[in-house]
Amino acid sequence: MRLRSEIGVPEIRFEKRLKPPRWLGPATPPIAVIVALAIGALVLWASGRDAVDIYQRMARSAFTNPGAFSNTLIAATPLLLTGLAAAVTFRMKVWNIGADGQLMIGAVLAAAAGTFFGGRSLAAVMALMILAGIVGGCLWASIAALLRVYLNTNEVLTTLMLNYIAPLILFYLIFNSTSYWRDLSTQSARVFPQAKTLAEDAFWPTYGAAAAVPFGFLLGVVLALALYFVVRNTRFGFQMRVSADSPEAARYAGISTGRLLILVMLLSGALAGIAGASQIGDVSHRLEPKNLQLATFGYTGIAVAALVRYHPIGIVVSAILVGALNNAGFNLQGPDLPLGLIGVNQGIILMLVAASEVTARYRLVIGRRARRGDRAPPPEQATLEPGASPEQGTSDGTDERPRQDARPGEDS
Amino acid sequence: MTAAGTATQDQDRHTVSARGITKAFPGVTANDGVDFDADRGEVHALLGENGSGKTTLCKILTGLYRPDAGDVLVGGNPVNFRSPADAYDAGIFMVHQHFSLVSSMTVAENVVLGWQRHKGRGFNRRQVEDEVARAAERFDMPVDPRAVISRLSVGERQRVEILKAFYRGARTLILDEPTSVLTPQEAEQLFVSLRRMATEGEAVVFISHKLDEVSALCDRVTVLRQGRVSGSADLRSERVDARGLARMMVGRDIAFARRSRSAPVAEGDPALELRYVSALDADGTTALHNVTLSVRPGEILGVAGVAGNGQVALGEVIGGLRKRTAGEVRLRGEPLPPGNPRAASDRGLAYVPEDRIGTGLAPGLTVADNCVLKSFRQRQLGRGPFLVKSRILARTRRLLEAFNVKGTSESLVRQLSGGNAQKVLLAREISSAPQVLVVATPTRGLDVSAMESIRGLLLEAAAAGTAILLISEDLGEILDLADRIAVISRGRIQGVLDADGADPEQVGVLMMGGSLEDAGASSL
Repeated sequence: MRLRSEIGVPEIRFEKRLKPPRWLGPATPPIAVIVALAIGALVLWASGRDAVDIYQRMARSAFTNPGAFSNTLIAATPLLLTGLAAAVTFRMKVWNIGADGQLMIGAVLAAAAGTFFGGRSLAAVMALMILAGIVGGCLWASIAALLRVYLNTNEVLTTLMLNYIAPLILFYLIFNSTSYWRDLSTQSARVFPQAKTLAEDAFWPTYGAAAAVPFGFLLGVVLALALYFVVRNTRFGFQMRVSADSPEAARYAGISTGRLLILVMLLSGALAGIAGASQIGDVSHRLEPKNLQLATFGYTGIAVAALVRYHPIGIVVSAILVGALNNAGFNLQGPDLPLGLIGVNQGIILMLVAASEVTARYRLVIGRRARRGDRAPPPEQATLEPGASPEQGTSDGTDERPRQDARPGEDS
Repeated sequence: MTAAGTATQDQDRHTVSARGITKAFPGVTANDGVDFDADRGEVHALLGENGSGKTTLCKILTGLYRPDAGDVLVGGNPVNFRSPADAYDAGIFMVHQHFSLVSSMTVAENVVLGWQRHKGRGFNRRQVEDEVARAAERFDMPVDPRAVISRLSVGERQRVEILKAFYRGARTLILDEPTSVLTPQEAEQLFVSLRRMATEGEAVVFISHKLDEVSALCDRVTVLRQGRVSGSADLRSERVDARGLARMMVGRDIAFARRSRSAPVAEGDPALELRYVSALDADGTTALHNVTLSVRPGEILGVAGVAGNGQVALGEVIGGLRKRTAGEVRLRGEPLPPGNPRAASDRGLAYVPEDRIGTGLAPGLTVADNCVLKSFRQRQLGRGPFLVKSRILARTRRLLEAFNVKGTSESLVRQLSGGNAQKVLLAREISSAPQVLVVATPTRGLDVSAMESIRGLLLEAAAAGTAILLISEDLGEILDLADRIAVISRGRIQGVLDADGADPEQVGVLMMGGSLEDAGASSL
């Protein structure tokens, strides 16, 4: 260490901001998007393309072309709902990555409800489809939840494996059996298996004149607001907040952590199940196993939620952003612009937004000494203290050190 | 003698000095123009409350921090320590509160581990062992150089840390609150060794906030308050009593509340009763074995013991955080279901756990949220499933006011000082008007003023008729507050003594696992 300073190589390290400015948290994601677009432009120029032109086309095909914004919202709807599903458990450090499977089972039951109850009033059919979606999602999530609470099974593994099982059930229902879901009404449908289609009067409505806003999206926004309210203002939400902050404190406060975990997993499964119902009611109008499997809405939802640190209202915004990127990418791909290059740009944006969270809480310091009086007392773990041998690193008895948050991934 | 001559003599006497040391952290000036000298042949106390700048100063003297302004002098010459290694070269070593020993290695191996002289080479085991043994003898610190660390007691491990420093050429030894982990006997033994070091001409700097230790052990004392030197005294020539030192530390007179011995002995049926309670630690070893205790209303029963002898388990079993494997816990005669914190609190048990921030309080939530951590189910705090924020805030404000807590309802608990956080916790627990209050190490790590008010709160609660189980590693605190003392060692109650006239030596024998007969006391 001393050798390094003799040569005069400046140190580079992260220092914790003791008091991050209030505006910095909400401001970082937009800044990150702008920086990412700039970096993406370099990539496009380097590959011999006109970045400005491509960005304009992206904006047009995501937002301003006729019908473009509707398609963006259609792409955003499942991400919004699975994002909320991820957020409710991830905030509590319960890692339900099974939204994908929960969405599929929700879609199965919602499709059955839609065809079975078709012909009644639209409101009744929709209510029954949503209910069926909730039941399906909860059912699939409850397996992992019960295994976790009663047998202490890691929910990451169980929900992941359940994600592999769910599409197999879908394929079985449509391709390997003559189930209720399968369309057997015509000769061609008997040869080329496909699912029953909803009656047209059971299609979910859209709203708005300038752009058609799918019902599922509106429902997602309402649920995001409701979730935000519930967490902040109810006794149940209070238990969630205590448990998220400190499971030990929750136990100490007499909160039944097992029961709470099951409830939260069911809530998460219900949200994913509603995403499945919305896919049937808003988009495909029948069970499409291959499309649902390839879409991986559940996994993208995790990224959508993580981008805004699991904030329900923020998820609405990030779902639109990711939906717009997907929509634009889908429209732009062609001989002059390979899908891979679009993926690179999407990746840069998502990575920078995710990484920008660090800069909101840490500052980069280059050089030997920090600005005077503005430096956090060395957080021994985060800072590579010059010459701190393991012996000195353990000096935890500092009584002078101002309190600070030593835990990453903490939300305000 | 000329002025220059005096200066040279001073330089000879000082091993390390600080001149005008200033060090600021965001929002805090930890050291503000501090002067300090460590002299050969003396034990020099550095006294101050938490946050007064003691540890920062020592970290600057040992090269862990760099000062913003001021100089560290060694032999009268300014030095620029870039790292602790530079301080080692100048013979300055610090023994931290948390030891840095590899528990699977022997004493001798730990002494040479990572030391420059042996870097990249093997070492002569026999020679090192001899040297360690000689140093141990020189300072009267018996320790077997061939013993494996994991088999040693905390006191012995501390000796290894000290011997390690001297093996590496220490001339100035800084000890950061060394007695906080020791029994009274071990502390006595440490004092003897420290005196021996001073007699041998070494410089010892003793960081503490315990006044009696300082007046018993030290030659000189420098008192820090809010980053500045607020007083100093030569205890060899001046008579400064604990009260005077406290005044320098706090800036006003401190009156520690004590249990009035004339108070009538509590009578009536026990409010809290433990019968043959056993429990396990997470690793399956015995944490508690056949513990039987009872506390009557208005009585304070102190549980004394060296840290790590089952105190944590005792609190957790009563509070319902840990399941017991045998025995029963009764609250006012009613047996408590095991492992059910909510049942315990519903039946009138208040519990201040050892882990205040993290268990007793949720650090990332606001003070208001924490004030209703247990009572959020109460009907009057909301409507149906909803909580009404204004009602929570009103209750919080009342609590903060009644218990004199600094900080607003909206501050996060992790932003509070240790003393204020503990006050919030105690305020919440005591305000629930409990039948029984279990408090674990209520004043550990707190400064004198916070300690003063916490003690006062406990005595008030007892006067109001609450049965209090005071689990503490601070024997002085137990002697001051408790009516009876139960001593715990390796999860067993070694004996219960009347606090009136209890002899710390006797208690110490029990703490080490001795019996009442060994201690020469009559059982109760």
